[in-house]
Amino acid sequence: MSVKPKKNLRSVGAHIVAIAASLVTTIPVYLVCVNALKSEAQSSSMGIDLPTQIHLENFLTVIDKGKLLISFFNSMLYSAGASILATLFAGLAAFVLSRHRTRLNRALYFFLIMGIALPINFFTLTKMMQLTHLINTRPGMIILYATLQIPFAVFLIYGFVASIPRELDEAATIDGCGPFQLFFRIIMPLLTPVLVTTGILSFLNTWNDFVMPLYYTNSTSNWPMTLAVYNFFGQYKQSWNLVSADILLTILPVLLIYLAGQRFILSGMTNGAVKG
Amino acid sequence: MKIRSRYPRYFALPALLLYGTFFIIPSLSGIVYAFTDWSSYSDDVNFVGLKNFAKIFSPGEYYLAYFLNTFVFTGATIVLKTVLGLGLALLLNEGVKRFVNIYRVLIYRPVVLPFIVVGLIFRSILNPATGLLNTFLRAIGLDAIAMQWLVDPHIAIYSVVVVDSWKGVGYIMVILLAGLQTIPKDYYEAAEVDGANAWQRFRYLTVPLLMPAIAIVTVLNVLYGLRVFDIVYAMTNGGPGYATEVLSTGIFKSFSQGQYGLGTAISTILFLILIGAGYGVIRLLEPKPVGD
Repeated sequence: MSVKPKKNLRSVGAHIVAIAASLVTTIPVYLVCVNALKSEAQSSSMGIDLPTQIHLENFLTVIDKGKLLISFFNSMLYSAGASILATLFAGLAAFVLSRHRTRLNRALYFFLIMGIALPINFFTLTKMMQLTHLINTRPGMIILYATLQIPFAVFLIYGFVASIPRELDEAATIDGCGPFQLFFRIIMPLLTPVLVTTGILSFLNTWNDFVMPLYYTNSTSNWPMTLAVYNFFGQYKQSWNLVSADILLTILPVLLIYLAGQRFILSGMTNGAVKG
Repeated sequence: MKIRSRYPRYFALPALLLYGTFFIIPSLSGIVYAFTDWSSYSDDVNFVGLKNFAKIFSPGEYYLAYFLNTFVFTGATIVLKTVLGLGLALLLNEGVKRFVNIYRVLIYRPVVLPFIVVGLIFRSILNPATGLLNTFLRAIGLDAIAMQWLVDPHIAIYSVVVVDSWKGVGYIMVILLAGLQTIPKDYYEAAEVDGANAWQRFRYLTVPLLMPAIAIVTVLNVLYGLRVFDIVYAMTNGGPGYATEVLSTGIFKSFSQGQYGLGTAISTILFLILIGAGYGVIRLLEPKPVGD
């Protein structure tokens, strides 16, 4: 008799804590949403109150003043480009390194995933970017971002390749598939879940990155959203309504991708870590 | 012969080429440049021996503060994220029975937001005069703890630590949650039959069986903490004074000031610390993988 109410009480307490934690993680996003619609005066303290009047024109103002169209385009280009390149290159590498585990191939695998832990040397990387004429160019940013995603992508895909039966490779080879046909026709479709995870994570990491453009782009026309929003904040510190609108436009794609792909994101992060 | 032609090594070439060119070669050549006076002021690059390192480690300079701040940040975020992450993981694993997925999605969400944006939002929330936090604290009568969060040099770094933990705890939580779910339920039933209370079950069952997952999150937190840049840059840019300057923001400062030799030296030290820390943490926490 006495066990049940106690259990219920515990469960209610647990829900209260869980709701409180969810609120704490939600309030900052909520603040941005309501303040993006306020007037400059009402948004000055970035409060939780609802807007007394809806100022949708904030978005137009910020797109115009912050030159956001070009930045949005850049972010899309860098993120999509890096995500496709990194997933493709990492998939090809992980496939052969995982399937044919010679001593050299195992060494190459560890060499690649070492990049997860190591820091970049920005100074000598500048020299390399100058040498390859990629500094302050859009292709340069795509290549840099793809490079940064490769170690973790190889790590994720490598583990997944092992779960695909080798018999398929043998059957395909007997049927006359060359290595390219084998990879693109047979293996790649079976890798879809992990490739989607890798693609989404690479896209988000690139979209959210702030460091590379800070070091390697000096013209505003190559800036992604993150750098544009930081610079806009520098100029319009007093206009939290505009800064909020800018922030909202920066995080909207991220939130949409997260909601649509959270299954892939969470599985990728936990599988990667637990297998590691 | 057949196997080799089925899995040609040149498939790995594009990945190796990019990674080698834009990651490994710069890292290794950086070690050489760390011993030079390379700068943006002159085209000459001369070897200067250990001069850069002597400068970094001289007590008269402020570079030692970069190291100290980095270690404080790393240590404090490890503790905070692991404790909070474990608490939340236990809460979602056994505390609540329903809506687990909704809570997980909401608590993990800050992980996918850009650091720079999180930094800016919290700059407004932590504003001592008008920010939401102090407004809230004053409203409930806690004026005494309404502090100068990012202005006071003694607490600024801890303010950044808390915000960073707010952003990153969801990641730690999902890894620990995945770890908890690998522990078989009948272990707990057996322990209960043997008369173990809740604390004993946690201490002698959950903690040891969760060790592999805790080892992983510690490695991730160490690697992240030592390299932290974005959140510090966005919230304080190293200030007030040098109170929150960490290695990566210091490296960026020497980059903007054109002191490439010195910056490369700091980068090289960071490189060595990361190799040492990664190795050390793995050794320390992974004596015997349980249940793997």
